[in-house]
Parts: sequence; C-alpha cells; structure tokens
Amino acid sequence: MVMFSADRTPIYLDHAASTSMVPAAVVAMNDLLSVAGNASSLHGSGRRARRRLEESRESIAASLRARPSEVIFTGGGTESDNLAIKGIFWARNKNRDAPRKRIIASSIEHHAILDPVLWLADSEGAEVTWLPVDGHGLVDPAVLRAELSAHADQTALVSVMWANNEIGAIEPIAELAAICREFDVPMHSDAIQAAGHLPIDFGASGLSAMSITGHKFGGPHGIGALLLGRDVECVPLLHGGGHERDVRSGTPDVPAAVGMAVALDVSVRELATTMPVVAALRDRLFKVLSASAPGCVINGPVGPNRLAGNAHVSFPGCEGDSLLMLLDANGIECSTGSACTAGVARASHVLTAMGVSTADARSSLRFSLAPSTTAEEIEAVGAVIGEVVARAKAAGMATAMAGDR
Amino acid sequence: MRVLAAMSGGVDSAVAAARAVEAGHDVVGVHLALSTAPGALRTGSRGCCSREDADDARRAADVLGIPFYIWDFADRFKDDVIDEFVAAYAAGQTPNPCLTCNEKIKFSALAERAHALGFDAVATGHYARLENGELRRAVDDDKDQSYVLAVLTADQLSRAMFPVGDTPKDQIRAEAEAKNLSVANKPDSHDICFIPTGDTRAFLGAKIGMRPGMVVDADSGAELAAHDGVHGFTIGQRKGLGIEAPAADGKPRYVTEIDPDSGTVTVGSAEHLQVWTITANRAIWTSGVTPDGPFEAMVQVRAHGGLAPATVEAIDDTDGIDGPGIRIRLQAPLTGVARGQAAVVYLPDAVNGDLVVGSGRIQVTGSVPGDLVSSSGA
Repeated sequence: MVMFSADRTPIYLDHAASTSMVPAAVVAMNDLLSVAGNASSLHGSGRRARRRLEESRESIAASLRARPSEVIFTGGGTESDNLAIKGIFWARNKNRDAPRKRIIASSIEHHAILDPVLWLADSEGAEVTWLPVDGHGLVDPAVLRAELSAHADQTALVSVMWANNEIGAIEPIAELAAICREFDVPMHSDAIQAAGHLPIDFGASGLSAMSITGHKFGGPHGIGALLLGRDVECVPLLHGGGHERDVRSGTPDVPAAVGMAVALDVSVRELATTMPVVAALRDRLFKVLSASAPGCVINGPVGPNRLAGNAHVSFPGCEGDSLLMLLDANGIECSTGSACTAGVARASHVLTAMGVSTADARSSLRFSLAPSTTAEEIEAVGAVIGEVVARAKAAGMATAMAGDR
Repeated sequence: MRVLAAMSGGVDSAVAAARAVEAGHDVVGVHLALSTAPGALRTGSRGCCSREDADDARRAADVLGIPFYIWDFADRFKDDVIDEFVAAYAAGQTPNPCLTCNEKIKFSALAERAHALGFDAVATGHYARLENGELRRAVDDDKDQSYVLAVLTADQLSRAMFPVGDTPKDQIRAEAEAKNLSVANKPDSHDICFIPTGDTRAFLGAKIGMRPGMVVDADSGAELAAHDGVHGFTIGQRKGLGIEAPAADGKPRYVTEIDPDSGTVTVGSAEHLQVWTITANRAIWTSGVTPDGPFEAMVQVRAHGGLAPATVEAIDDTDGIDGPGIRIRLQAPLTGVARGQAAVVYLPDAVNGDLVVGSGRIQVTGSVPGDLVSSSGA
C-alpha cells in the first residue's frame, strides 16, 4: 500500500457531501457572471436578469413537478430547512389563544432540521415528538398516525426527510404526507439528498413544503430552494424587500439559480439511465467490501428503499477516522458519518436511533457514488480496503469512549 | 520517515511540523481534540484546543501542504488526565497534568495509534533536545519542557521527535513568520489547558468541593484561622494564609501540609518545610537501563524549579511506594517539595544541555538528612 502520495487524482466517493458541477451548469453560470443586472431593476438589464431567474424557477418546478410559484430560492439547504421549521412553526403559532406547540420530526433528521427544532424547544416552548426508526432507518407511518390522532390540533408541523444522508434510507413520504393531510397538519420534507437522485413529484406528494440544495446534484454551492405550497403560511427569516413571495427577501443570485436549474434538469432527465448503473456499482462496492473485510456490516435498507449511490458500512474494531485517513492516504475519499458532523468521530445520532452500538457507529464509513463513478474506481477500493482495515484494526479503538472499553 | 505531527494550533507545533517537512519526512498533521466541550474561540491565552485552535492548526497544515485531521481523544483525556488530576488533589497531592498527558495521551495513546497506522514517529512542539535516545534540556532555558518529558520511556522516546528544542523561542516565532504561518504571533498558552479561566481552585471546588477547614500550627496544633477551601493552598505557600497574628518567634509561616479530607492546612516555620530526602515511585530510567548503585546527580522537583545536587539511587518496591522507585538524598535541603510532582534526575551539561537520566513521582519526603544506606531490604 502506497501512502501519502499527494500527486494523483483522488477517487472521489463522497458525492453525498458535495458534487462537482455539471459542465452545462458551469457554462450557463459563466455566461451570466460578467453581466450586471439586478432582477428587481426595471430597466432592460434588470428585466433580462429577472427573466433568467424566472426561467430557472420554471425549470426547477418542472423538474420536481411543482408550480413555479411554489419555488422559493434560498441560500442553500440549511437555510431552506431553517425557514421551513421556524417559519411554519411561527405561522402556526400566531394565535396565542390556540397555540400549536408540538413539532413531530423523525429521530434521524439532519442537523439542519434537528438544530432549529431543538432551538424552538429551548427558546419558544416547542414540544417535540421524535418519530423512532427501525433497524434500517425507516419511519413507521402508524406511529405518526397515533401521534396525530392524539395531538393534531396542537401540532405545528411534521418534518421527515425524504432520504437520509448517512444511510440512504428512503422514507415512506407519500404515506406520511397523506396522514398529515388527513389531520390537516402541514408536513415538510428535507429532500436535500433525494432531489436529482430519485423521481420527485412535489404536487402529488401531499407535502406542504420541501427543501433542496444545488450542490448535491451538480449545481453550485450557496443556493437552494424551499418548495412551499401556495396556501402554506411561513414567517420569513429574512425581511427586507419582499422577494420570493415575501417569504425570502434578498437580491436573488441569478447565475446560481440558473446553475442550479440546469444541473437539476440534467440530473432528473438522466435518472432513468443513471440510477440503475449507479446502483449496480454500489452493489459491487458492497460485495468488494464484504469480500475484503469479512465481518463488515451494511447499515440501512438493502433494496428499493435505499438511495442508489449510498453505501454505508461498519467495520467493527476499527475507528472510522483511522479508516478514512488510510483511504485518504491512498487517494480514496469518503466520509465517516456525514460531512456536517465531521472532524471528530462521534457516534452518529442516525445510527444510534437505528440501534447500532456506539462502537459500531464509530467504526463506520459512508461511500456515496454518482453517475461519474466508474467500475475501475470501485475495483481500486477493493484493492486496498483489506490492508486498510487490517491496519485500522491494529490501531484499534484507541479513542474509545470509557464505557465501551 | 512517516511522521505524525501533533499540531495544537500554537506556533511551536506549527514550526515543528514545518521542520519535519523540510527535513524530508512524509508528514501528516493531526490536532488532538481533548475538550469535551470546546469553545468556539480561544479566550485569551489560557486554555487550549478550542475550535479556533483547531482551525489555526488546519491553516498551518494548509500552508505546509500536508494532510490534516482532527482526532478525538477527549474521553480518554478526561479519564486519564483530568480525572486523575482531580483525584490526586483529593488525595492531598499536587499533580502536574502535563506529565500525565505526555505519559498517557501524547506519547502513549496517540503514539500507539500512529504506530499502528504506519507512522514512524510523533513530532511535537515541545522544547527539549532528543538525539540518539538522549533527552536533554532545550536551548531555551525559560521554555524548556524536558521536565515534563522525563516521564517518557526509552521506547516512547525512540518514536518521538522534538524539532524545535534546539532553538530559542523568539527565533521560532521569527521562523514561523518567515514561513507565512499566521500563528507566528499567537500568544503562548499557559497554565492548565483544561482550565481556561486559570482558576484551578474554582475548578477543583466544583469537582470535589471546596473543603473548607482550619489553618493549624505545625508545632502546637493550635487553630490559627478558618479557610474556605484547601485547594487555594500549596506546600511552601507563605502569602494568603489568613492568619492575623504573627508567629511567636516572629518568623514567617509556610504551608507544610494539606489534608483534603479534614480540610486542615498546617503551617509552620521554614524548618518544617525543609526536605532532605525524597522517595519517588513510578521510576523511569530514560536510557532504559536501571542504574546500579547510588550516583551523584542534580534533581529538579517542579517545572521551572532549580536544580539541587543529590545522591540518587534506584530502589525496588520498598518503603511501601508501590513499584520501582528512586531514593534521593539532597546535599542541601529543599523547600516546597510537593507529593505528586515529578522528581527529575539530570546530569548537568552546559554545552549540550542537561541530560535527563530519569524521573519518578514524589511520594514521601523526609526532613532529616539521609545516610547512605544500601537499598536492599527495609
């Protein structure tokens, strides 16, 4: 095993963290970057910018089967999630005589949902119900039904992610949203990992709101959208100018919106061809990992309820960051848990919610593939993973938590 | 060699990493996350390992062009260093947590992990010289950390590197500046890294209670004053005793004993503080070879303390000290020798730097000049 050779091109298997931009999106953005024009200005340059913005909005709406007026541009997924959680909670609590303090969310949400929910609990008296997940990370709609049967009129909103960023589990959104509709409670879904990776029909979904972000499907960083039903009230986070239906003020980033729209369009159009190919490579990766490191455990569902590109595996006896570092030294890039909780190998709340032991949770790697991933790259992982795991096992769980040692 | 550079976010470890790179080694930088609740920003120069420190380390690694990771040793650090520190105080000792960190974390847990992952050595920004297995005082006497590195075994030292020990501190800063390391002017951290407020007394009070009690006279046993916490005192302390009337003999009083269980602080004249013999346990002989018979050397009993000439002897598990130890018979008495501190044995060398011969943890002190007794038997 060659170590520390910084010169080669890395094998990038961390697309769930971020993707490189689709070439057509780069071109489209580039064309606009040197052109001045504030989409709110009344003159020709302004109108031209406005037109590009609206065309992007229409394109994104078409890609997700939503209405253009339902697309609110934001600064990214975290902002969309914060806007949905806080904005809908505040809107549903305008009437002090009829408070709706309850929030229902799954126990495996991304921190961009968890943290605002917890903040509302700490600061604004929200009462949170966490929907448990099974050993594969899937929410049971019956539990939601039971919750709403008891508390629907005190419930501000429900939020369940469409697909989980760590283990790739695809939640039963249609069923969950139908239950929410039945009880007349708005449902939001963090679709940041789902958009561009599986077919989404926002209109048919029954959802009141849905978050997406550009850099997860070949679009630029710094832009996302909150899809928001026309009749769904949402108090803004940003005031000043009244842009985006008064829901999200701020001069729109037109080049970024164009980039996001082009990338989403390409991704969605090619889904039918790319998804099976990516899934096959991912399944090959599972085989290769199991063969070279017997004892490794696949986390999350196997089958149609899993994102095609997601491979999340535990290697008992190894620290996730030892594995990651050794793979990194070999030019193979993946992640332990998710990028957002990275830096330090803490046990992920997602795995903990699924019943995975703390030790196994700390021994995990997430590989995430994309249409650009090749068979050679997968074989390259196979070539080194055996020795990587052996060394990581020797290094042991040196930083194991006191209770686990 | 493949070198793991431990980078705290301070200037010394940044330059240490830089020198390792320049020496042609394959270097990877790692920042140890040791706090279970790190602050976002460094608050002044106390404390260490905030997220800002991690970011400073990361930026230094960027400039040096080396990979960089953060490894979480917070739980291990809490168990091995912080909890041991608190327990030692509770037992009436005056521990030095940097000793424990070097011994258990940096050159043990970290070094073992590094070795298993394929690294040949761990490089740190410690001020000490290490060559051919010989550990010597740093060129910069003020900054010298050979005292806290003296707890390392020959095996641990064989896998350690101290690239900055041969240079004065202000030159290290200049070097950092010349290499475009933004930490060139970052203030040094001092005091205990896990007590960012610098208020050890309050920290201990929160953990094990303040232990109020009485200040009593060493000779008469008379109660002289009340105090509100034993952890505010150290052996040899003269000020802040809270006693209103001077001693009968007019001489200053010093803290001679601290008993956390009863909360009693005993004070007496300087004679009571005088230590002629020290018995230390947990003996480490830096060369890996236990010396045979007594020999003359110099002894240092606290960080930044002076050197005292003494006769030093390796002893077995006698005098109830639990394991191999060191008996030290001083030629002139020392004051302010605290149990729990290290006694480090040096052979002076003004040219190449005092040589570290070994170290032990001070367990028993004697106030009578020691005779040269053979070490075998009771």
